[in-house]
Amino acid sequence: MAELPDTRERLTPDTFLRGLWEENPVFVMLLGMCPVLAVTSTTVNALAMGLATTFVLVCSSLLVSLLRNWIPKQVRIASYIVIIATFVTIVDYAIQAISLELYAALGAFIQLIVANCVILGRAEAYASKQKLMTTLVNSLGMGAGFTLALLSLGTVREILGNGTILGISIFPADFQPWIVMILPPGGFFVLGAWLLLFNWLRLRKERKAAEPTGVIADAR
Amino acid sequence: MHAEPLSLIFLNAAIVNNFVLALFLGICPFLGVSAKKDTAWNMGLATMFVMLVSSAAAFGINWLLTELDLLFLRLICYIAVIASAVQLVEMFVKRFSPALFRSLGIFLPLITTNCAILGLALFQTTKEYDFVQSIVYALGAGAGFTLALMLMAGLREKLALARVPSVSQGAAMSLMLAGLLSLAFMGFAGLGGSHG
Repeated sequence: MAELPDTRERLTPDTFLRGLWEENPVFVMLLGMCPVLAVTSTTVNALAMGLATTFVLVCSSLLVSLLRNWIPKQVRIASYIVIIATFVTIVDYAIQAISLELYAALGAFIQLIVANCVILGRAEAYASKQKLMTTLVNSLGMGAGFTLALLSLGTVREILGNGTILGISIFPADFQPWIVMILPPGGFFVLGAWLLLFNWLRLRKERKAAEPTGVIADAR
Repeated sequence: MHAEPLSLIFLNAAIVNNFVLALFLGICPFLGVSAKKDTAWNMGLATMFVMLVSSAAAFGINWLLTELDLLFLRLICYIAVIASAVQLVEMFVKRFSPALFRSLGIFLPLITTNCAILGLALFQTTKEYDFVQSIVYALGAGAGFTLALMLMAGLREKLALARVPSVSQGAAMSLMLAGLLSLAFMGFAGLGGSHG
């Protein structure tokens, strides 16, 4: 992520949108893969995990941005981690209070948000250099992008592996669910398939751009 | 206290519930440093060492915090201990093998955010393992992590010579491979007894 400019960024729509697509933490940067694969066997779990991560991401980015002039450079990583761990503890207790069922389903992965490299990466590469407002918008975008990725895995895996979406059955009764999709290998396969799709789209776009004919230009 | 035999704990952590392929912990280094076999081996050993240190420390911390009734500080303390252990390994590697230090690159400090290590500390707490059981569990987890990393590195070295369609190059191919490996490891399910 060294290509991010060192100077302060102006607040533009792109500050938010970048996290959704161009720098999507999961599909493009391949960060924070563990929860992406582990808790996406159903849509509800994926959504809860996405929201919890977004909360921690936004809060810790804000605090890092606020304290950026006071944290000494030598101990910055340790300080970021303590900040992140504090917010994760808050989320952990909050989810326990809201829904024990959800807490059991997500398991250790709530506490493992601490070790999610998306959050530390944002703190180090963005929040420690930018102003409060841009940091807020950017981390919201990143969180949304992360949630989107979790959902895109969660829905596919739930539909194929269980024949349901958000717990509602959508296939005729004789549909034989692909159990493998809810099991660990399914996570790898579905994410791999999404990446294949994005690769294919990117290659197609590049090929079109490389074609020297005027047909494409006219079509635009 | 559990009467689980030590051999079963080891087997369970290393193979049946392999940290990478069954529990999805430590995926980042698994995809990041599995391009060459010797790098993968060294990364595995470094991770295993950090696991041992942090597992032992986590056991002590958990005991202390339970005594003091400060359990809400557990997560923060665990991650602080892990960060220090990683710092230790980093200084050690830099001093004794600068070449290895360069080849591991950014992934060495990133062991801190390797969820396999934090996960290990959290699981051993949930399972209420005693000290010896915790150490064996850490050894098993480290061995399993190294095994997964080595398998992947071996496959990817072969793959480098194969002709792969341009669409599926890079991460997509690695994930498909990991899926197949994970499918193979599911064959061990049920060997180690209890889940988790």
